Amino acid sequence: MQERVPLPTSRPRRRWSYDRFQQRAAPYMFVSPFFILFLIFGLFPLGFSLFLAFHLWNPLDGLGNWQYVGWDNFKLALGAPDQFWVSLKITVWIGLLSGVPQHLIALPLAFVINQSLRRWQSGISTILFLPYITNAVAITIVFGMLYSENLGLLNYALSVVGLGPVRWLAQPDLVPVSVAVVVFWRYVGWNVILYLSGLQAISEDVYEAATVDGASKVQKFFYITLPLLKPMMFYAFTLTIVGNMQLFEEPFIMVGQAGGSGGAALTSAMHIFNVAFRDLDMGYGSAMAWLLFLAIFVLSMINNYLFSRGGGRQ
Amino acid sequence: MKKIAMFALVSALLAGTAHAQDKVTITVAAFPSLDTSIKAVLPAWNKLHPNITIKLVAQEFADHHNAMTTALATGQGLPDVMAVEIGYVGKFAEGKGLEDLNKAPYSAEQYKKLFTPFTVAQATSADKRFIAMPTDIGPGTLLYRKDVLDKAGVDPAQLNKSWESYLAAGKVIKAKTGASLINTAQSIYGVVSRTNLKAGEGIYFDSKNNLLVGPDNARFLRAFTLAKQVRTEGLDAKIGEWSNEWYDAFKKGTVASQFSGAWLTGSLESYMAPDTKGLWRVENLPEGGYASWGGSFYAIPTAAKNKQWAWEFIKFMTMDKSQQLAAFTINGAFPALLTAQNDNIFSQGVPFLGNQKARVLWRDAARKTQPIDVNKYDSVADQIVNTELTNVLEQGKDIKQALTDARTQILRRAR
Repeated sequence: MQERVPLPTSRPRRRWSYDRFQQRAAPYMFVSPFFILFLIFGLFPLGFSLFLAFHLWNPLDGLGNWQYVGWDNFKLALGAPDQFWVSLKITVWIGLLSGVPQHLIALPLAFVINQSLRRWQSGISTILFLPYITNAVAITIVFGMLYSENLGLLNYALSVVGLGPVRWLAQPDLVPVSVAVVVFWRYVGWNVILYLSGLQAISEDVYEAATVDGASKVQKFFYITLPLLKPMMFYAFTLTIVGNMQLFEEPFIMVGQAGGSGGAALTSAMHIFNVAFRDLDMGYGSAMAWLLFLAIFVLSMINNYLFSRGGGRQ
Repeated sequence: MKKIAMFALVSALLAGTAHAQDKVTITVAAFPSLDTSIKAVLPAWNKLHPNITIKLVAQEFADHHNAMTTALATGQGLPDVMAVEIGYVGKFAEGKGLEDLNKAPYSAEQYKKLFTPFTVAQATSADKRFIAMPTDIGPGTLLYRKDVLDKAGVDPAQLNKSWESYLAAGKVIKAKTGASLINTAQSIYGVVSRTNLKAGEGIYFDSKNNLLVGPDNARFLRAFTLAKQVRTEGLDAKIGEWSNEWYDAFKKGTVASQFSGAWLTGSLESYMAPDTKGLWRVENLPEGGYASWGGSFYAIPTAAKNKQWAWEFIKFMTMDKSQQLAAFTINGAFPALLTAQNDNIFSQGVPFLGNQKARVLWRDAARKTQPIDVNKYDSVADQIVNTELTNVLEQGKDIKQALTDARTQILRRAR
């Protein structure tokens, strides 16, 4: 008895445990880095910021020294004269100024490239894509020089035609426009690429059939391209809404932390950053971050509704 | 008490190991250009303490303070010595993460009289904890272009006699030379709002946390009114600070005067407008106003590992006359230490200012500057008031209405 027992238990156990590890545990181990990182850098901050949104906390007091305030932070942000509303208005305004022209130009441009410039398509795509991948700091420095009041190229060009210097980055009502131009320039190429890939998914047969039926280029665009491109348009619109509502780096570098002259380009994301890291009011900042999330969610839903009502998206 | 005893024990042990010639590395976190001051005195430190290595971690200004905020919040990744700039010292003082230097083993009470008085007050919290040692200060003065004033035939004394005479001089300068009086009307607000404060007053709040901003506060009314007047009369160049236009104006002399800390002279000389050497002069702020423009401090986080050497290093940086002077000559960091201010170098002329004995003037300004109470909502108030001022300047908003609105908004945020 004593001699037989160790053999059958020890050998199978080792093989069994290795197999078990291979089959059950190893896959989890291999995917675990993502989940661990997501837990630490994704889920935890999310939960922590939700927790903070209901507390008053100055980070310099250290962890644990927070004070529960209920919905006070949200009430503060939603109160009538609060900067949060002003910053939201600015964000939406810059978003519209840069987002609408982006799509109005990107779509026809992609159509023209797809129809007539196919031979140079890859070259054109690369050029269009360059602003998207260029460092935001470099971009804003270059645009800062273009916009410069006394030394900038733009005002130089205006002076040649005899027009006075324009205070691109100082006059409060012009600042959002100047920032929007940079945002437009930066992301228009990205949208062209999106639309191009959408266009190429449309079968040539449809166009051929239309040609046989005697459809003009304009008719093809409005009756074939546009309807078939709707899923891609939905995707591009959503990205623009989400991106523009979180606009931060371009205005931050161009006009500074305070949002420039009178805070004219103080977007919601910048305001949240200022409140949290300059004023050290983490709770209020977190509450506003969640409100911004809610605003983005609502706008995306409106976008979703408009597209699904149009029948383009199943 | 237990903590102190524990700390004394640890210090004693540390001191013991140090005597045994063990190598110790202390981390010093700083921002530009304070890091230049530290680098300037490192050779002297290494000679004195060959076994104590200083590891200097320098980040950009905002990054440094954000990193320190995060480190203090979590108690992780703290340096042994933390540099703090004036704009943050009030906030950091109200937090709980920095050592109270009044207590043993630092017992810094005895050293306070060695420094320019107002700077000690800046590093003291409302509950009287002294959280950082001052190293440099920024005495406020009025810098002006002598050549522009000469051309316009304006007596420099007219610039600082009163605000009215300053504006009157501006009109003559504009008419005779075409140069603007000041970079932007906001600067006027900046000076008027922070000078001639009553005892127990901060810029925006008093020592009892009462908000001072409002349509009935004479200081803010005057600051807004004068700024508006400068803008209406076309005396400002509408140029923001730290912009290319600003540097260009310094080079070309299109702006006749600038309010600033003493350090601006060094910046002008080193990179902003080196070719204008000899054309500039300084004088006191209008109406006998004294204000400080900047300043740096060193603090020890409670969770620091080498507090004993951190303290030695801070003492070396702040109370050693020759190191303070080294930082001044190499980096233009105006010494906070009074004995350093009595050095011979202060009676010498400044070549960039046409050999004017400006350092004496700065020293007097520093000694006459009153401590300003800081409040944790200063940055909130600052942004709100500046936005309202822009509304007045750019959109013609009524001054009293703007101040009323500013008051309402600040009161909501200052909870």
